[in-house]
Amino acid sequence: MTDVFIVGIGIHPFGRTDSRSGLQQGEYAARAAFIDANVQWSDIQFAFGGSDAAGKPDTLVSQLGLTTLPFVNVLNGCATGGAALFGAYNAVRSGDFDLGMVIGFDKHPRGAFDPKPADWGLPDWYGESGLMLTTQFFATKLRRYMDLHNITPITLARVAQKAYHNGSLAPHAWRRTPVSIETILGAQMLNDPLTKLMFCSPAEGGVALIVASERKARQLGSPAIRIKAISLRTRPRGSFEVFAPHLDIERGGSVTAVASHAAFEAAGLGPEEMDIAQIQDTESGAEVMHMAENGFCRDGDQEKWLAEGRTQLDGDLPINTDGGCLACGEPIGASGLRQVYENVVQLRGAGGARQVARKVRNAYSHVYGAPGVSAVVILQC
Amino acid sequence: MAARPIAPDVLTTGSPARLIAGRHRASGRVVFPLPQDTGSYERVVLPSRGTLWSYTVQRFPPKSPPYRGEEPFQPFGLGYVELPGALIVASRLTEFDFEELRLGLPVELTTTVLRHDEDGTEVYTYAFRPVRDTRG
Repeated sequence: MTDVFIVGIGIHPFGRTDSRSGLQQGEYAARAAFIDANVQWSDIQFAFGGSDAAGKPDTLVSQLGLTTLPFVNVLNGCATGGAALFGAYNAVRSGDFDLGMVIGFDKHPRGAFDPKPADWGLPDWYGESGLMLTTQFFATKLRRYMDLHNITPITLARVAQKAYHNGSLAPHAWRRTPVSIETILGAQMLNDPLTKLMFCSPAEGGVALIVASERKARQLGSPAIRIKAISLRTRPRGSFEVFAPHLDIERGGSVTAVASHAAFEAAGLGPEEMDIAQIQDTESGAEVMHMAENGFCRDGDQEKWLAEGRTQLDGDLPINTDGGCLACGEPIGASGLRQVYENVVQLRGAGGARQVARKVRNAYSHVYGAPGVSAVVILQC
Repeated sequence: MAARPIAPDVLTTGSPARLIAGRHRASGRVVFPLPQDTGSYERVVLPSRGTLWSYTVQRFPPKSPPYRGEEPFQPFGLGYVELPGALIVASRLTEFDFEELRLGLPVELTTTVLRHDEDGTEVYTYAFRPVRDTRG
């Protein structure tokens, strides 16, 4: 088995681009990644692509060229990007392929997602009675966590403030204006304790990564950014996920903790060895809880960590260095790959104004999606 | 005035109403709502009292469909209630006074009006409210 490297990255700015379809944003990202890797589409031996609402990724061959390559479409909710990279990683690692593309793009309507009960195996009355909103899941999971571990609303606001600050320094981010803690706390309350400025929004964007075997990466002479480990896991018994009319009294683990453990074990590394982390921040509280679920701190330590600025760009463990989902929005198919894109930028030292202060050798990313899927990627240079 | 529950097999029609769940015949696991697979699940009625497991407030109107509530929209409390020996159920709450709501608060089942049909029939669903007395 060969090691797997990322040899090229491309991104279409996140946010709203009325002039381009989701597919076109994907194509834009792909072409940028080819230039970055110094390869042609005709060199690419396979592709994995994900999009939730913007068309079928494999139709990109119409624009990029009919080379007859295998092109696999994947869809795992907000973890789609992680799932696509998981497939590509294993295709190269097996030794069957030397060069592949991973792509994700999306374009969602404005406002919260509007799920259909039947698609989730749930009765219509559950939706009719106003209990079927993803935001309620985030708020109830968070409310319990805050009460059990003494987390206060100002910590949630600090997470969002950091996100908008980092986003203001990232050219691909959507929200590029810093926002004060007071404004975040004073924004419209959506589902207590979460205000509007503590939630990310569905958005648009595209990301492409070029992955290569060690041999091919050497041949291309590209900077050696290794995929040290990748894990993709589904939920264990007793986890708490969206759209749950009931939970078992006997509580279990979280899918994020399962995926995180697996990735650290495969990498032979621990959380304390990570220099930066991009973690799923669908809302401020998700970042707080995922800090602990990914093993970076103990439950409750987040209050102190955020107050001390330990997750800022100049901190011990900068988190969501491009502003994460809060500042970039969440195009489902592209979101997990954006995290990996950002880690590659930071590993290359190419982050410009948002480049973290510490030397980056190990970079962690974690994406989480409904109905309980987590993917973790550890990059190393 | 005529009244009907939001759907059959969600709660009993007697007074006071109780939630209807399913017990997996093989494993004994209790699930809500009652699955349609009556071969694997037997119908059980859930305890009407429990404790608050988590809570929030729905402050903005949910997208419609699937939501079908009274116009104009009024914010409502919701959360999860642990029913001892059974499960933790998602539910509306009759109130959202944060001075009162806390994890572990004793609550009991009641009903709440969701909307009215065109013919004026009241459509109700289940909700939990704080237990006011201390007699258990």
